[in-house]
Amino acid sequence: MGREFKILGTTPPRPDGIEKITGKALFGADLNVTGMLHGAVLRSPHAHARIVSLDVSAAAALPGVKAVITADDFAEVENAANRDTLHNCMAHGRVLYDGHALAAVAAVSKSVARAALNLIRVEYETLPHVTDVDAAMQPGAPVIHQGKKHKLAGDDVSDNVVGYYSFGHGDIEAGFAQADTVLERSFKTAAAHQGYIEPNACLADFKGDKADLWVSTQGHYLVRDICADILGMESSQLRVTAAEIGGGFGGKTTVFLEPVALALSRKAGKPVKMVMSREEVFRATGPTMSSSMDVKIGMTADGRITAAHARLRYQGGAFPYAMVMMGAMSAFAAYDLDHVQAEGWDVMTNRPKMISYRAPGAPMAIYAVEAVLDELCQKLDLDPLEVRLLNAADEGTKSSYGPTFKAIGLKACLKAAQAHPHYSAPLGPNQGRGVSAGFWFNFGGQVSVSMAITPDGTVNLTEGNPDIGGSRASVSMMAAEELGIPFEQVNTVIGDTGAIGFSDTTDGSRVTFTVGIATIKAAKAVKAECCKRVAKIWEIDADAVEWIDGAVHPTGHNAGDFPPMSLAEIAAMAGRTGGPIAGHFEGAPDKAGVSFGVHIVDTQVDPETGFTKILRYTAFQDAGKAIHPDYVEGQMQGGAVQGIGWALNEEYIYGEDGVLQNAGFLDYRIPVASDLPMIDTVIIEVPNPGHPFGVRGVGETAIVPPLAAISNAVARAAGVRLYALPMSPPRILAAMDHG
Amino acid sequence: MADVTIWGSLRRYTDGAETVEVAASTSRELLEALVAAYPGLADQVAAGVSLSIDGEVYKDAWFTPINPDSEVILMPLMVGG
Amino acid sequence: MKKIHVSLTVNGDAVDYLCEPQETLLDALRDHLNLTGAKEGCGTGDCGACSVTVDGRLISSCLMLAAEAGGVAVETVEGMANGAELHPLQRHILDGAALQCGVCTPGILVAAKALLAQNPDPSETEIRYWLAGNLCRCTGYDKIIRAVQSAAAEMRGEA
Repeated sequence: MGREFKILGTTPPRPDGIEKITGKALFGADLNVTGMLHGAVLRSPHAHARIVSLDVSAAAALPGVKAVITADDFAEVENAANRDTLHNCMAHGRVLYDGHALAAVAAVSKSVARAALNLIRVEYETLPHVTDVDAAMQPGAPVIHQGKKHKLAGDDVSDNVVGYYSFGHGDIEAGFAQADTVLERSFKTAAAHQGYIEPNACLADFKGDKADLWVSTQGHYLVRDICADILGMESSQLRVTAAEIGGGFGGKTTVFLEPVALALSRKAGKPVKMVMSREEVFRATGPTMSSSMDVKIGMTADGRITAAHARLRYQGGAFPYAMVMMGAMSAFAAYDLDHVQAEGWDVMTNRPKMISYRAPGAPMAIYAVEAVLDELCQKLDLDPLEVRLLNAADEGTKSSYGPTFKAIGLKACLKAAQAHPHYSAPLGPNQGRGVSAGFWFNFGGQVSVSMAITPDGTVNLTEGNPDIGGSRASVSMMAAEELGIPFEQVNTVIGDTGAIGFSDTTDGSRVTFTVGIATIKAAKAVKAECCKRVAKIWEIDADAVEWIDGAVHPTGHNAGDFPPMSLAEIAAMAGRTGGPIAGHFEGAPDKAGVSFGVHIVDTQVDPETGFTKILRYTAFQDAGKAIHPDYVEGQMQGGAVQGIGWALNEEYIYGEDGVLQNAGFLDYRIPVASDLPMIDTVIIEVPNPGHPFGVRGVGETAIVPPLAAISNAVARAAGVRLYALPMSPPRILAAMDHG
Repeated sequence: MADVTIWGSLRRYTDGAETVEVAASTSRELLEALVAAYPGLADQVAAGVSLSIDGEVYKDAWFTPINPDSEVILMPLMVGG
Repeated sequence: MKKIHVSLTVNGDAVDYLCEPQETLLDALRDHLNLTGAKEGCGTGDCGACSVTVDGRLISSCLMLAAEAGGVAVETVEGMANGAELHPLQRHILDGAALQCGVCTPGILVAAKALLAQNPDPSETEIRYWLAGNLCRCTGYDKIIRAVQSAAAEMRGEA
């Protein structure tokens, strides 16, 4: 299919690998500097309370304590989004959820810092709270923030509704009238945490009116600009360095500790390190939204969808947010529908403010849609993949959220799934097979890349996107491919915010796509400069030379009889031919190209215990062009397993008191190695026309299909269908008992 | 002139119209013309929108050309994980 | 606060540190000996990112008090490679793309090495249960299991 590549599609070891397998890589909590203090945060034990009084004097007087801060230590922030972020990092007047920060200390040791927290006296007046999305929408529910209600929310919901969206086309009532069967179901999904293994951590160091910040983040430019605004600094005064990041999955696309650490450092005049405990991570960073949803689908007897309607209510915690739109836009994106509508409500509650989690908003919406589709297939005795193929979106389909699709890989994934031996393998008793499609938009956005040729002709590539899954490898490969040099001759590093221009955050599955385009353009600039230099050296016209496989050649015998000059030879002469050779690119590439996937899973449900075992799992996904297939597979496998956890185990459990009851890995159980089989993968490559190499983002789509695929498999294995996630053993047992 | 498709909940501000016609040759002109013709859209445009132009989604790209026969869809500004 | 003097060996070298009574072996390794390969992912023994061996036995170093470590022999990820020569597990983890963010990798390596020391030919199931105490959120474990299998085969002289 088209272009032949030399390096793309191979699987070289990642450039940052040795550090990571020898324990040398420095993550957020791994940096220590001379004179460093340790910060600690006092957090609310209440779901909702007014801070009547807050007395830090005894803490401040404790020997070894160098700074204590509260909301009073921050100036008011004009920008509404950044003001909310500050108020999430440090409560102002009220605590809004269990775990909400209200004071922080910096001390000479962790133990002194903890002792100081115990000396802070707080008087609370508890206020009514609400943690459930449906309860929070009811008129009369405790309102988290007055005056934030969305203009289109309507009169029949509470002021906690901060977003209302609807998407779609056609006339759904007319569509439902054409159906032979109409099925409507209601679903609930629990909030899940990204579950990155590295707790949030940073080290802030003020020097006069400037500061350095070392931080585990997906976006150090984002951190810089939010923190600078909150601290009243200019962005150029704050240099942020992205540590190696121990997982993010969207969870590290905002700030929690960083403004606090900076404020403590400014007050103490010393570097301050802050590291969250796992309990703090669960209680006070952003999990994803929980949801309550209704989905109605009409189908003809032969499996054609005549109309589809979804109503999505997302719970996103204690501050305004806008996420349900992505659920509403993605819910029916996989299908070519004449009559479709998806509505969504964003709702505030007394929970930590949500933050993105891998394809934010899509997994739950698509779970509900794919579960109703599956139940229709059961009722109409139709093959689930046949029905999806019959209705699948394709190039030219007007999507349920508006745009007409370019070339997409959904049908290719469905056909590959149909043809795969997994789909026709025999099943035993208490076993069931489920399938689901999945979708994610993928984004482009702002990017900066600087490519410097060293005097020996090797390449230093500096980019601005923290590497959360091997992107330094894929970016180095694209540089090597474009230049026609070996992979080993490219060294890619993530620059600090002072090194190169702005880059958007590592999110939206955008890095390989966006940094890739920037890298290719920087490499083209390098090649053009090399050609110019060599033409001068050879004293021939600039258009009489060309770049082939890492060297400048004369375009033909007419141009002159010169032996090719390699990049190394050109670089060695750079000092005499005009100085250093470099290329760079700053821009905002769009055309990221949407991504589809299809998963097949076999489960076995134990009728005695309700325990679900994953027997076999196969993931199919359109990667456009897989630059480093091992890491593409890794994204598919990792996403699938996060989805398995969400489907079967993971949930935020709140008591009547609004306090989180399972803030640790023992009680919030993410999948472990013994829970799982191998995760088989099939990479489909339908090139994205918007990228020179055909790249599509691959990071997020894979978390979308598992929820419904497993739910559908459990329904067929257990003989009863559950309409809530997670499908923990007691819930499955209860459903089987009632079924 | 370009036809712009407005998402469902915003059609309250376009007298219920799913598609509206505005005079524009770039993204910026299009957004300005939309808000001028339908002031109710101003809040959402300020809060952030993307434009899908002929099947490609553009975020904050003011100077993207729009042809008279382009398919233009107004979309909210999205984020990823 | 009165500190406690502890002498032990770490990766074969005699070392000592002064620790507070409540500090863990993980704290001592990271904060007093500057060996930050072992990570604190939970502090409660649930994630395995702080895995080390103590006198050959695999433990979560966040669950052992630093003051209890007198006279023991600790092995950490920093001691796995022999100079510039990587341990086969390290090579297979890297070549098999069995890491993404890499924060769980030190614990996985130490735990897998401890497994192969007592069982040079583990089945897939045995590997999965042995590593069940080492959480990885990025990879779905697939490539980790395969890397341990291929490293074990090499160490047995089969590859």
